[in-house]
Amino acid sequence: MRGRVGKPCPMDLATFLIQCLNALQYGLLLFLVASGLTLIFGIMGVINLAHGSFYMIGAYMAYALAPIVGSTFGGGFFATLFVGLVLSVILGYVLEWVFFSYLYEREHLQQVLMTYGLILVFEELRSLIVGDDVHGVQPPPWLSGTLALGEVMTYPVYRLFISAVCIALALGMYAVLTRTRLGMMIRAGSANREMVQSLGIDISFLYRVVFAAGVAIAVMAGMLAAPVSSVYPGMGNSVLIVCFVVVVIGGIGSIRGALLAAMLIGIVDTFGKVFVPQAAGVGVYLLMALILLWRPQGLFKAA
Amino acid sequence: MTPRFMALATAAACAAALALPAAAQNTAKLKVGLMLPYTGTFAALGTAIENGFKLHVAEQGGKLGGREIEFFKVDDESDPSKATDNVNKLIKRDNVDVIVGTVHSGVAMAMAKVAKDSGTLLIVPNAGADAITGPMCAKNIFRTSFSNWQPGYATGVVAAQKGYKRAMTITWNYAAGTETVKGFTEAFEKGGGKVIKDLALPFPNVEFQALLTEIAAQKPDVVFAFFAGGGAVKFVKDYDAAGLRKTVPLMGSGFLTDGTLEAQGPAAQGLITSLHYADNIDTPRNQAFRKAYALSYKANADVYAVQGYDAAQLLASGLTAVKGDASKRDDLILAMKKTIINSPRGKLAMSNTHNPVQDFYIREAKGVNNESVGVAVKALADPGRGCKM
Amino acid sequence: MDDTRSRLAFVVLAFGALALWPLAAGSYGLDLVTKIMVYAIFALSLELLVGTTGLVCFGQAAFFGIGAYAAVLMSPADAPASALWLLPLAALAAGLYALAVGALSLRTQGVYFIMVTLAFAQMAYYVVHDTPLGGGTDGIYLMMKPTLLGLDLDAPFVIYGVTLGTLAGVFVLLALIKRSPFGRALAGIKANEQRMRATGFSTYPYKLAAFTLSGALAGVAGFLFAVKDGFVNPELMSWHFSGAVLIMIILGGLGHLRGALVGAFAFALLQEFFKSEAIFGAFAKHWHLGLGLTIIASVALLPRGLVGLPAQWKQRLTGRRSAPAVALVEAGHE
Repeated sequence: MRGRVGKPCPMDLATFLIQCLNALQYGLLLFLVASGLTLIFGIMGVINLAHGSFYMIGAYMAYALAPIVGSTFGGGFFATLFVGLVLSVILGYVLEWVFFSYLYEREHLQQVLMTYGLILVFEELRSLIVGDDVHGVQPPPWLSGTLALGEVMTYPVYRLFISAVCIALALGMYAVLTRTRLGMMIRAGSANREMVQSLGIDISFLYRVVFAAGVAIAVMAGMLAAPVSSVYPGMGNSVLIVCFVVVVIGGIGSIRGALLAAMLIGIVDTFGKVFVPQAAGVGVYLLMALILLWRPQGLFKAA
Repeated sequence: MTPRFMALATAAACAAALALPAAAQNTAKLKVGLMLPYTGTFAALGTAIENGFKLHVAEQGGKLGGREIEFFKVDDESDPSKATDNVNKLIKRDNVDVIVGTVHSGVAMAMAKVAKDSGTLLIVPNAGADAITGPMCAKNIFRTSFSNWQPGYATGVVAAQKGYKRAMTITWNYAAGTETVKGFTEAFEKGGGKVIKDLALPFPNVEFQALLTEIAAQKPDVVFAFFAGGGAVKFVKDYDAAGLRKTVPLMGSGFLTDGTLEAQGPAAQGLITSLHYADNIDTPRNQAFRKAYALSYKANADVYAVQGYDAAQLLASGLTAVKGDASKRDDLILAMKKTIINSPRGKLAMSNTHNPVQDFYIREAKGVNNESVGVAVKALADPGRGCKM
Repeated sequence: MDDTRSRLAFVVLAFGALALWPLAAGSYGLDLVTKIMVYAIFALSLELLVGTTGLVCFGQAAFFGIGAYAAVLMSPADAPASALWLLPLAALAAGLYALAVGALSLRTQGVYFIMVTLAFAQMAYYVVHDTPLGGGTDGIYLMMKPTLLGLDLDAPFVIYGVTLGTLAGVFVLLALIKRSPFGRALAGIKANEQRMRATGFSTYPYKLAAFTLSGALAGVAGFLFAVKDGFVNPELMSWHFSGAVLIMIILGGLGHLRGALVGAFAFALLQEFFKSEAIFGAFAKHWHLGLGLTIIASVALLPRGLVGLPAQWKQRLTGRRSAPAVALVEAGHE
C-alpha cells in the first residue's frame, strides 16, 4: 500500500517549489563532499574509498569537539567549526605524507584495496575513541529557527545556511582554481605532472596541499551536516557510493561537473522518492547508466 | 619443497584456527551462545541486551536453574548474509545449548531457520519480524521482546481513541516498517479511522524532506512513524524543523523515541508513543532493576536491556522446572511456555506462538525519559498468523 | 619446468587435501570449508577478469547475488528442483546481467570502469533491496533444496562433494582457457591493450566475452551458496562483498589461478583469527581494525600475494632474482 502509483499526484506550485528547495539543498551538500573526492581523483589520480570516512570524522568532530571547545575557549558552533577545520587540514597533511603519497605510483586496484582497508581502520578507531552510540548536534540558536514558506510548511533556517555555505565554498574553490597561482599550478599538475615537475615546482608539496584541502572540504561537509543528519556509525558509507556516482557522472577532476551531477542526483532522488518510492534507490544509478551511454567520460572534462 | 610447504602451512593454519575456540571441558556448565551485533549501527543495542541478560545471571549468583553459565559470543554485524555461518559457529563449533539473539530481523530470520532445522533452543531478545512467531514458528523458538505488529497495533488503538480520523504513515521499506504499519492500520481502521496514504523510503535512507513536504501538503489528522536509531533521531528533528509538530500531531511506535531522546533534544518533547516498556514504570520490580543496571553498567536501562534481562528470566524459569537438566527438552519448553515472568515491564507471559503477551503503555517524552501516562492495551497478544505448531 | 612441476604438485596436493578433509573434520569444519570453497569459485571468476584480462571489476558481488537469488526464485515451492537445470539457469541469469553491464561499462576505461561496475552492482542491490522482486531487505528462504541426480543437496557431505567437484571443474576450465588462443588474447589485452588494437585486433568482443563468462561463473558460486545456506538476502550483492573478493585474489596472488584458491582460504581464516575471543579477548569485537591493517599491509608488502611469497623470500635470500622467479613474473604479467 505505497502511494498510489498511476494516479497523477496533485502537486501544486508551492509544494513543487519546496521540493526543488529540498533537492537543491541535498545536492549542494553532496557536491561539497564529492568536490573533495573529484579534486583528489582528478589531480593525483588516486581513488580514495576512505573519503566517506572523512565526512564521518567531520560529523563526529562536530559532536565530540563542541564540549571541549566550549570549556577551553568558551566558543560555540563556529569556534568548533574553525577548530575542526584546522584539525582536518593537519589530518589531511599528515595522512598524505604518511600513507597516500605511497599510492600515487600504485595501480588503481591497489589504491582501491588499501583505502578500503583504511575505511575499516577509521571505523574501528571511531568505535574505540567515541563509541557506537547515535548522537545529535545542536546548531547555534540564531540558526535554529524556521522560515515560513507559504502556508504549506516551514523550512529550517539551518538548511538554508548549509546551502549558502556550500555555494560560498564552491565559488571560493572556483576562484582559487582559476584566479590564483596555486590554482594554476594545480590545474597544470593534473594535466601533465612531469612537465610541472621539470619546471621546478615542488609537486609533492602541491599534492599534499591539494589532499589536505580535499580532506578539509569533506570534514567541513560532515561538520555542517551533523545537526541535520545526526551522527551515527556507518554514516560515511552511504555518502561514499553516491559521491562516486556524482564524480562519474560529472567527469573526473571537474568541479563544474560535480556541481551539475550533484544537482541532477538531488532532483532524481527527491522527486523519485515522492513519485516512485520503490525505484528511488535505483533511480540514481539509472541516471548514471543513461549519461554514460551518451558520454562515457562524464559530462565535463577536468577543469 | 615450496608448494608442499604452502599446502602444509595452510592446513596447519586451518587446524589452528578451528581448534583454538574449541572448549568442551566442563560439561556441568550450560553453554549459552550470544549472537548479537557488537559492531555497526546496532552495537549499542547488542551491548544493552547482553548487559541485561548477564545482570540477571549475576543476580542469581552466576547460575540459572542451578547450572553455571558459560558464554560464547559471536558478532553478527547485523549482516544477514553471514547469519547462517555465524549461528552455525555457535551450534556446531561451540556446541551451545541455548542461543540468544538478535537485533536485526534479517539475521534473526536466518537464525530461526537454522534453529528450527537443528532443534536448538533459541530465545530472541529483540528482532520483531512477525515471521519468527508466524510461519517460521517452532516449539524451540521463543521471543521476549515483541512482534512488529504489536507496538503498531497499540499505537493505532491510542490514535483511534484520541478521535483522529485521517492518518498517514511513514516508515522504511523493510519488514519491520511494513509490519508495524500493518498493525497500526488494523487498529486504527477498526477504531473508525482511515489511513489515507502510506509513505515509505528505502532503508536506511534518511533524506526525509521530500516526504515531509508531502505530509504538509496532505494535512492528515495524525502521522504514524516507525523509525529506529539514527533514522529516528533525524526524522523527529526534521519533522520539528519543518514546523509540522505544530500543525500535524506525530505518533510513533515506541522505538521512535527509545534511546534517542538525548540526541533528539527539544524536538521530541511531548511525543506520544506506545511500547511495552516505559522508563518510569512505578513498580518495585522496575525500580530495583533500573537501580541494579545503573550500578553495574553506569548507564540507564532501556527496553533492550529489559528484553535481555527477561530472556535470562525465561530460561531460568524453564531450567528451574527441570532442575537444570536441559536434556529434558519437552519439559523445559513446556515450562518456559507456561511461565509468567515478573518483568520490569510488568507481567510477561508467552502466547501460543511463543511471543510475549504483555501490556502496552502510552508514553510521553519528557526530558530524556519516556514516561508512562497510561496503558494503551492490556495483555496484547500477537495473532501469530501463519504459525502451525 | 621445475616451476610448472611445483605448481602442478601444489594444485594436486590442495585438491587431495580437500577431498580427504571430510574424514577429519567435524560438522562445523565441513560447513566452513564448503563455504570457503564457494568463495574460492567466486574468487576464480574474478581472477579471470582482473588477473587474466586486467579489468578491475568492483561489482562482482552482483553476479554472485543474482545466481543466488535465481536459485531461490526459480525453485518451485513444493517440490525440490533438479540442479541439472537450476544451476545452468542461475548461471545464465547472472551471465545475462554481466553481458548487459559489460556492454555498457566496457566503453569506459581505468578508474571510470571500476566505479561504473560498482554502480551497476549497487543498482542490482537496490532492485533486490527495495522492490518486491527480491523479497526485500530481510531476504528470502529456499524452502526445498534442489537435488542432483537423486542426491539431496541438503546433506552436508553431498553439498561438500558437489562444491568440491564444481571448484575443480571451474579451475580446470579456467586453466584450459588461459592456455587457449582466447586466453592468450586476454593476456595480451592485459599487457598492452593499445598495442593489441594497433595490430588490428578488436579487443572489445574479447573483453565482453571474458566479462560475461566471469559473471556466469560468479552466478554458479552464488547458486551453491544459496543451496548450502537456504537463505539469501540483498547483502550478498553489497559492495563490501565485492571488495572482499578483490582482497581475496590480491592476497592470494594476482595472475595465478591457485592465487584465488589460496586467497579465499587465507581471507576466511584471517577473519576467524581476528574474531577469535580466545586470542584477542574483549578486543575481538574490534576485529575490523586488525583486518583493515592486514589488508593494507598485504597490499603494500606482498605485491605478488601469498603465492609469490616463496619467490620473494628466495629473492631476498639470494639477493638476486632466480630464474623461476623471473619466469613467474613473466608468466603472471606482474
